Amino acid sequence: MTQEAARRAAERAARDSYGRLLAGLAARSRDIAAAEDALAEAFAAALRTWPERGVPASPEAWLVAAARNALSNAARHRRVRAAAAAEIERRIEAAAADTPAAIPDERLSLLFVCAHPAIDPAARTPLMLQAVLGLDAARIARAFLVSPAAMSQRLVRAKARIRDTGLRFAPPEPAEMPPRLAEVLAAIYAAYATGWDALTEGEAAGAGLAEEAIWLGRLVVRLLPAEPEALGLLALMLHCEARRGARRDADARFVPLAAQDPKLWSRDLIIEAEGLLTAGSRAGRFGRFLCEAAIQSVHAQRGLTGRTDHAALRLLYDLLVAHGAGVGAETARAAALLEGGDAPAALAALEAIEPGRVPSYQPFWGTLACVLAALGQAPRAAAALKTALALTPDPALRAFLAARVARGAAP
Amino acid sequence: MQFMMIMTETAEDFAERTDPARAPAYWGGWTAFIGAMAQAGIILRGDGLQAPHTATTVRVRDGQVAVQDGPFADSKEQLAGYFIIEVPDLETAIAWAAKAPASRQAAVELRPVLPPMAPPA
Repeated sequence: MTQEAARRAAERAARDSYGRLLAGLAARSRDIAAAEDALAEAFAAALRTWPERGVPASPEAWLVAAARNALSNAARHRRVRAAAAAEIERRIEAAAADTPAAIPDERLSLLFVCAHPAIDPAARTPLMLQAVLGLDAARIARAFLVSPAAMSQRLVRAKARIRDTGLRFAPPEPAEMPPRLAEVLAAIYAAYATGWDALTEGEAAGAGLAEEAIWLGRLVVRLLPAEPEALGLLALMLHCEARRGARRDADARFVPLAAQDPKLWSRDLIIEAEGLLTAGSRAGRFGRFLCEAAIQSVHAQRGLTGRTDHAALRLLYDLLVAHGAGVGAETARAAALLEGGDAPAALAALEAIEPGRVPSYQPFWGTLACVLAALGQAPRAAAALKTALALTPDPALRAFLAARVARGAAP
Repeated sequence: MQFMMIMTETAEDFAERTDPARAPAYWGGWTAFIGAMAQAGIILRGDGLQAPHTATTVRVRDGQVAVQDGPFADSKEQLAGYFIIEVPDLETAIAWAAKAPASRQAAVELRPVLPPMAPPA
């Protein structure tokens, strides 16, 4: 194991504990902020005492007991209105926490609370990253391109809502599961997307949250192994991740998927993604993420067959769009049609999108410019390109887009 | 935990209360809703309110009492009544609010009730 791998393994182990401990502490009180403070205090206490007295037999149980102690101290100090019964209950719990078996995994409840419909959608992903993974607000703010102060405020507000509005700190009822799980998965995918954008904008890969999102994706699969959409999301992220090394050439220029060298794709990640996709498809239930993973799987086949099955892609995109997957899917479908050599159908697909939905959606304008160029409509292509370039902050991507439209070639 | 279920109605809803053709359906809807909540034993208290034209708004500015005819906020949806309910969590409160006749035309707002104030130290 390299030193880097060892560091990551240690970090992952700590992360696994962090979310579990925090979820356990916040489950009863719903007070995530107080649980975070208590846990921080417990970790600090561990750093003070463990070197002297040795690491306890069950470090997690020790941390929970210390954090519960900190929580009840905080409660006493605040002289809150908390009823005496709650205080007694907390102390009983603190005593019970001495056995490791007393730490149930409440992370699933925590995930569903973070992505609750009553929580501001813009706060859901950051909240999940902080509560489940323990990421600090500054790092999350960087990844989401907002100021640390704004991010902190967003997080504080969301935590106050969870504490005060009486959200149910439990996984949803079976009937509610599909829509609620979709919110959780969408929040995880949003974290993955920050990493993706950060990379195309030429930032260090570390600025993104792709690794964290995949970690969360694995966690959901572990906690809900029978949910096809959870498998689909993880398969999708791993397929994309498999191509990380192929997305830039030696001069750091953007390489589109169709031009990537499959030999640079990670075989291990593709194999894992395919296994998840197969497992997810067995349920026979259509879902957005399974469908998107299937699309990526078709692209991955090129590594084996040397060609892209455009008919299969077309079918999958039709399915995705028919299920109302949104502007992103509709634009991607048009791009797939163009790549499949059907530029008129691609244009029709783009023109079917209501203009009011895409004024600042860069992929729409970039795809439109390429489609119009392929159809030989140079003036209209130039106009679309102008809009697309204005929406593209990354110089490498801008250069790539302009060159492609000038060539009039399919992307 | 206790929530206030704040019922709002539109002018159209208020008009239904006294329109002979529509009043039976209007009151029937509320009776059914309140009956279901009572059956579940979640109502702590609650009242319907008379229409917004009966409202009086009072403000004190610079020591002067200013009384205004009408509700404090001029909006399409006006306060029509309230319930204090006792339910385990927000999800349950949302499920009940979605059954209220007011949620179909106007809106129902849910607010957790503050715990009783601590006696002065």
